[in-house]
Amino acid sequence: MKSAVLIFPGSNRERDAARALKLISGHAPAMVFHAETELPAGTDLVVLPGGFSYGDYLRCGAIAAHAPIMEAVRSHVRRGGLAIGICNGFQILCEAELLPGVLLRNSGIKFLCREVCLRIERSDTPFTRGYNAGQVIRVPIAHGEGSYFASPATIARLENEGRVLFRYTAPDGSRNEAWNVNGSTNAIAGVLSEKLNVLGLMPHPENHVESAIGSTDGRGFFAGLVAHFAQAA
Amino acid sequence: MRARVTVTLKSGVLDPQGKAIEGALKALGIAGVASVRQGKVFDIELEGEDVARAEGALKDAAEKLLANPIIENYRIEVVG
Repeated sequence: MKSAVLIFPGSNRERDAARALKLISGHAPAMVFHAETELPAGTDLVVLPGGFSYGDYLRCGAIAAHAPIMEAVRSHVRRGGLAIGICNGFQILCEAELLPGVLLRNSGIKFLCREVCLRIERSDTPFTRGYNAGQVIRVPIAHGEGSYFASPATIARLENEGRVLFRYTAPDGSRNEAWNVNGSTNAIAGVLSEKLNVLGLMPHPENHVESAIGSTDGRGFFAGLVAHFAQAA
Repeated sequence: MRARVTVTLKSGVLDPQGKAIEGALKALGIAGVASVRQGKVFDIELEGEDVARAEGALKDAAEKLLANPIIENYRIEVVG
């Protein structure tokens, strides 16, 4: 699995993503600067990391969405390559219109830095084959603008097409608004593109990959990707 | 030439910041505040004197960057 992690001015989770990718895939990802116009040849997976690109000015992700490297990301995605946007990366992919919808200010206004329970809605995607459908994992979130919003028609389409990949739930996997911490529509924590090759999610699976941290629930995310590419090769 | 682009949230989009401001205004005892929606104003200096061309450029700017059409509306005024 050849991966690339993008760095925008204000990204701050790129090393977390790179560390998890190296730990689980055995290969360090290429670190690619926003001003580049090409991804390294043979890139399988692009990761847009968390952070505060351009200081979250204008709208979160709005300015990074127009960075030179994003044209290369578009081409990569058009060819069927995989892309993941985590947290600010999710916001960037939405602003770049590579994913539908937008992330609004958390319904409770406050920045939330805590653990959440995430239900895996399906396991037959490259991003979730390391999990079982319906499984609940615990991963951290750290965001002020994570409330997923899209038009009712778009939400209906996402639900009907099985493009909601992660949902905020109670620890037993049941839907409960008390656990939908940022007020996302339908408790959506992660969505897929139409061709299922682009994923955006607010939580940080890359931060739960080492037992020293207290949880390894995020390992399946990366292990599943490694298995996907091992099988494809 | 100077212009102003005003970006406002579409109705139905949750605006917790507007709600917080509304609460603060009520707490200050400012009478008659029914509701508050927060928006953005961009004051832009443009080169040249062609108003139609300026309006075209500003529409482009609003649609590509200044507003997100999923949640926001925009209004353009060339103020001379």
